[in-house]
Amino acid sequence: MDELLEILNDINPDADYETNEHLVDDEILTSFELVMLVTQISDEFGVSVPSEAIIPENFNSVRAMMDLIERLQEDE
Amino acid sequence: MSLVSYDFLAFFAIAALLYYLVPGRFQWMLLLAVSILFYAGGGAVYLLYPLATAVSTWFLALRIGKADSVSKAYIQEHKPDKEQKKAYQTHIRKRKKRLMIAGILLNFGILAVLKYTDFFLQNLNLLIPLAGEDGSVWQAGWLLPLGISYYTFQTMGYLIDVFRGRYKPEKNLVRFMLFVTYFPQMTSGPISRFDLLREELFRKHAFDGTQFTFGLWRILWGFFKKLVIADRIAPAVAMITSSPETYDGMYVLLGMLGYTLRLYADFSGCMDIVIGTSQCFGIRLPENFQRPFGAKNLSELWRRWHMTLTGWFREYVFFPVSTSRFCRAVSHLAGKAGLKTLSKKLPVYTANLIVWFVTGIWHGAAWNFVLWGLANGIVMMVSQEFAELYRGFHRRFPKADGSVYGAFQKVRTGLLFSVLLMFQYYSFGTVFAMLGSLITTGRLSQLYDGRFAELGLAGADLAVLAAGLILMLAVSVLQESGSVRKRLAERPLVLRYTAVFLLFAAILVTGCYGRGYDASRFIYNQF
Repeated sequence: MDELLEILNDINPDADYETNEHLVDDEILTSFELVMLVTQISDEFGVSVPSEAIIPENFNSVRAMMDLIERLQEDE
Repeated sequence: MSLVSYDFLAFFAIAALLYYLVPGRFQWMLLLAVSILFYAGGGAVYLLYPLATAVSTWFLALRIGKADSVSKAYIQEHKPDKEQKKAYQTHIRKRKKRLMIAGILLNFGILAVLKYTDFFLQNLNLLIPLAGEDGSVWQAGWLLPLGISYYTFQTMGYLIDVFRGRYKPEKNLVRFMLFVTYFPQMTSGPISRFDLLREELFRKHAFDGTQFTFGLWRILWGFFKKLVIADRIAPAVAMITSSPETYDGMYVLLGMLGYTLRLYADFSGCMDIVIGTSQCFGIRLPENFQRPFGAKNLSELWRRWHMTLTGWFREYVFFPVSTSRFCRAVSHLAGKAGLKTLSKKLPVYTANLIVWFVTGIWHGAAWNFVLWGLANGIVMMVSQEFAELYRGFHRRFPKADGSVYGAFQKVRTGLLFSVLLMFQYYSFGTVFAMLGSLITTGRLSQLYDGRFAELGLAGADLAVLAAGLILMLAVSVLQESGSVRKRLAERPLVLRYTAVFLLFAAILVTGCYGRGYDASRFIYNQF
């Protein structure tokens, strides 16, 4: 979780990642930032995020992102 | 058949009457029949193109769906261990991918050949001389089937969604044909998603007076934007933008703003007619515009302008390219070379430039459209590079987020969008020459010289344009706090119908008809 928060704060330090559950729906994370996030998640967590997984439900909150990473790690 | 014609109004009236007369379970069949009739109006032979796209996509999607079912059944029956299951799923995925790629190559191939052969030959001639003795290059000159870009994008979105397992494929070819040819949206979009449109197309629709009236009001509003604003300003804009040697200085700004206004009124007016027509049949289509000139930066403006196309590119090009093996490998290499920042941004910037290249060439088979697309992409990348600087500025000056700064951001974004559109109508060098001319020689007094009179905009035209613009702006502001039609419907009957009658009368009296140019042609019909 801390690793992910570090990546997120590096990409956009102004968002409230602890409580916000609409990061994509509220356009706090833009498409550019989403892709940068996916690139760094792939590097840091050793998973490959397929393009079909880049949907708001998977990135709206830190919890959802962690769930996605865990699912991908299980599939690897 | 143009959406702005008596033929269309008569066609729509008869179709709507029959639609609510037939039993609910036959409504979608009636819609298919009228959609085919509508399309055949432009030449029955052109029906072969959407038919080929529909049949090939339907068939390939079914095969993909079957591969999924076979895979599930195999796993359930044989209960393989984790390694075996993974190997089997990879094998099935490869098979599905081959089917999807076959569909994409075939259908985008048809689009590419019809739309870009002449452009390709012109450019090939620069490398290998192809011109005959008279100096001309052979041109195919093929006519584009109506709406080919829209139905191709819509069906390819469907095929990719089925490949991704987002929903199951449609088994019934006849039902699938309606998804491809549904007449209100077929010629100009919006580009719909199958799982959303299916729910609307195939359920029974009882006549709903409110929805029907709302649909008619929206059609009327679309006619107003098209006939009163877009078509009134079109000849003057065409004159300014096609004669940079005559119309320089302040006219560059006038042409720039006029071009943007015409594009918006024309395309959003067309969408009002399309979505309003569909609403009369009880079928909700996705919105394509969301007050784009309320955007505070270019990326936001593009999320509000031609939303279904930009959404399509984001989902099916931008994300897949940026997460592709190629982009990941290049990013990895950059990271290994110690270029950490570059490694983070390479995938997103590569995908961004590809998307904007394709967006440009989608809008027109010419290099100036490609340049226009790339210019948009580059501005967004530069803006992203300055994102941290903006954040720092807003942290230091939190009051700068007020309404005055917000208004400045909106005007700045609208102007930037208009400046970039100059690449569509001027050559590359002319864009900079004209911007230079505006900055160095532009004076308001130039608008009073003889050149303005040549534009064919009389005092009455200017008054109608000004009134039309104020009305369009007022409606846009009102929309920010909810549906204008709902609020109008809550007003007393007399007030409600006086407003509608005035709009109708304004279209009849001040609309542009038969001025020696094609008043009914929509810009976005030509894709």
